[in-house]
Amino acid sequence: MSTTKNQISRRVFVKGLAVASVLASTRINLNAKEVQKEFEKGDILSGKVFNLSIGYSAVDITGTPTIATTINGKLHAPTLIWKEGDDITINVTNNLREDSSIHWHGIIIPTDMDGVPGISFEGIKPGETFTYKFTVKQSGTYWYHSHSGFQEQTGVHGSIIIEPKVKDPYDYDVDYVVALSDWSDENPKSIYRKLKVAGNYYNIKQRTIGDFIDEIKKDGFINAFNKRKMWNEMDMGDRDLSDVTGYTYTYLMNGDNPATNWKALFKRGQKVRLRFINSSAMTFFDVRIPGLKMRVVAADGNNIHPVDIEEFRIGVAETYDVIVEPLENKAYAIFAQSLDRTGYAIGSLTYDENIAASIPKMDPLPILSMTDMGMDMSKMNMGGMKMDNMAVKNDKKPMDMNKKTPMANMKMDNMPTENKKKSMNMDMNKKSFMTNMSSSSMDKTIPITPLEHADGPQSTMKAANPQYRLDDPGVGLRNNGREVLRYSNLKSLRSTMHDKQPDREIILHLTGNMERYMWSINGIAYPDAKPLKFHYGERLRITYINDTMMNHPMHLHGMWQDVESGANQFVRKHTVIVQPGSKISVQVTVDAMGSWAYHCHLLYHMAGMFRKVVVA
Amino acid sequence: MKKILSATLLLSSITISSFAASAQSPLYEKLTIDSLETQNNKDKSISWSGNFWVGTELNKVYLYSEGEKPKHSSSSSENQLVFSHAISPYWDAQLGVEYDIDKGAHQTWGVVGFQGMLPYFIETRATILAGSGTLGLRLEAEYKALITQKLSLTPKISTALYSKDIPSMELGKGLSNITASLKLSYEITREFAPYIGVQWTKNYGNTNIFNPTDETYFVAGVKFWF
Ligand SMILES: [Cu+2]
Repeated sequence: MSTTKNQISRRVFVKGLAVASVLASTRINLNAKEVQKEFEKGDILSGKVFNLSIGYSAVDITGTPTIATTINGKLHAPTLIWKEGDDITINVTNNLREDSSIHWHGIIIPTDMDGVPGISFEGIKPGETFTYKFTVKQSGTYWYHSHSGFQEQTGVHGSIIIEPKVKDPYDYDVDYVVALSDWSDENPKSIYRKLKVAGNYYNIKQRTIGDFIDEIKKDGFINAFNKRKMWNEMDMGDRDLSDVTGYTYTYLMNGDNPATNWKALFKRGQKVRLRFINSSAMTFFDVRIPGLKMRVVAADGNNIHPVDIEEFRIGVAETYDVIVEPLENKAYAIFAQSLDRTGYAIGSLTYDENIAASIPKMDPLPILSMTDMGMDMSKMNMGGMKMDNMAVKNDKKPMDMNKKTPMANMKMDNMPTENKKKSMNMDMNKKSFMTNMSSSSMDKTIPITPLEHADGPQSTMKAANPQYRLDDPGVGLRNNGREVLRYSNLKSLRSTMHDKQPDREIILHLTGNMERYMWSINGIAYPDAKPLKFHYGERLRITYINDTMMNHPMHLHGMWQDVESGANQFVRKHTVIVQPGSKISVQVTVDAMGSWAYHCHLLYHMAGMFRKVVVA
Repeated sequence: MKKILSATLLLSSITISSFAASAQSPLYEKLTIDSLETQNNKDKSISWSGNFWVGTELNKVYLYSEGEKPKHSSSSSENQLVFSHAISPYWDAQLGVEYDIDKGAHQTWGVVGFQGMLPYFIETRATILAGSGTLGLRLEAEYKALITQKLSLTPKISTALYSKDIPSMELGKGLSNITASLKLSYEITREFAPYIGVQWTKNYGNTNIFNPTDETYFVAGVKFWF
């Protein structure tokens, strides 16, 4: 099957009927020992010149034929293989009836190549071709997607692999991309409208009377009622996990639906590198391969000190590279359940292309806790549930969140849901957290540049006491009996010895109102906000405070965010998950002149939770 | 093929071309029929209640209508046109006019209203009416309790009070009416739910003299929105 001419996707099949996917089509062979050229048929493009064509393709993901926006006719676009140091040219032709664009996610390039309409360029008009030219200055796993309208939701996303100049410091035999995405047959505009007029439209796992009766049986009426009290008083739900769910989404792995069950082949004893990319519009996935430990070797394209885990959460736009070593000849499930447990993407890591892994059971529905509301859990343990411990409605004055509380010891032991068995780990992390605090922000006060902030109907609550929760794997993963990746596990391999101390700090509150479906930063939505000014050459500390009950993956274009993930420990990322009710700090070396987009990567949050950054 | 064509049209109709190019909040609109039901009461009424709004997250224009048509007499209804402005995360303040019809008679009011969610997820609306030298107050509250994700039980209570008699409209001074209902509904889709229920309504004071009412009856109907 030739590719570029073919506007009809190969993925035409009936719901529930598995059709053999083009086997191992996304197998990449960089450092891999075997070369399997026969699999390269347009799913992978390499070289220095690339031609991409954005157009409409007929697809059938769910049993209902519909139209996707695709690149070169592929839902999940071709994987691009670049080489670090190469000067590359990419011609992108827009065959849609509306403007389009391609943004190279996480790639450090000049602003006019960044592909954000209205900020980096004017977008690509229908029928026109825009030529991107730049030098590749990094290596690792990345992705690319449209930055126009909702095209990302309807299929304009693909993977990027950049081969390093110096071999990665780990060995593997075979190499696969595992790109996760969320597909809906609904027009994304209609999804957006439904969220606007009925915010809980897609929440199909709301609290029922039965849940309350179960709690009464367990805790007695008074306790059960009191437990609900704070949520009820604030009109907040503890099951508001995702705005858009499996009610409309089918979750895909490399463009394949669960019935197709994408397959990656291995031979016993081989080391397999899996490059996970979350290219979905709205979905966080919890990923595991039952029966295998995963060694995480890179995050957002950057190599880290390897860490062995059994499960990780991947936020929208994040990437993780893992290495697994299947020792048995069998089929292992690559299982990526959505955070809200309304569905999953699945593939098989198998020794035989005809054998698929059996489907693991989904985990129970995660229930948000007061931690996720930004409460100070230490007070909760001692004094019970007092109003000033919890997130406050906006008409009440929040506690001073930066200084008032004794930071050092409140953190880890106040996470009641954390696994107490892992005390070694916890102690270490606690210590590291304390030292981190003292080294980076306590000894030396960093001047805070105040930013404009607005209160009002557009934001429902304030996290009264947001905590650094680097050790918190997140709602639904706490205490689940598995070794789950946390941000505190992530430490870049690159030396941070010569990184400057921050010159100043800004605080960004992530704000929103789920009921009205409004999202903003510091209470101000993008259309009403002034650009953020970064000074060329400075080292800027950014502290995020999440005043909502939802995870927001914050993506800064053009510059890295060095997340403070522990004591003198940083992890270099392009997309940073800010957990509900928490805070997290990053440091940015401001070394890229021009205008840049800076936003939450949830597609339907983006219109409001967005800033233009001007570096001058 | 037809389906594919229409899907193409749908996709191409996406007009937000860029998130970066700052756009005004788009206008949305929604028609909600909270109830359209037959009532097994002495009048054998058909009753309705609903609203239509157009606007943004913070500012909307609402058209409300609620009323009944007894089988053998003419209809009565309360119809409002209000401007609605968000004053807090969960509350809108409203200002506008109301036009009531009662079996041929009619009454125009100025309206100040508050609509929003009380703690414990209680949906509430309060309207103050002023017209013909009379003040009125209407209150309603409802709570939707989920039995399953699709099946729910909704208790609702509403009441009305007036500062003077308006005999033409059969409204009496003081507490005029209390109506309470309990409805069991099943969401076939998010947008469409049939229900059955029981409703009790009682008039008080002079209202009850103008129009004696104290009855309990079954109702059956649908609610829907789009
Ligand atoms: Cu967001």
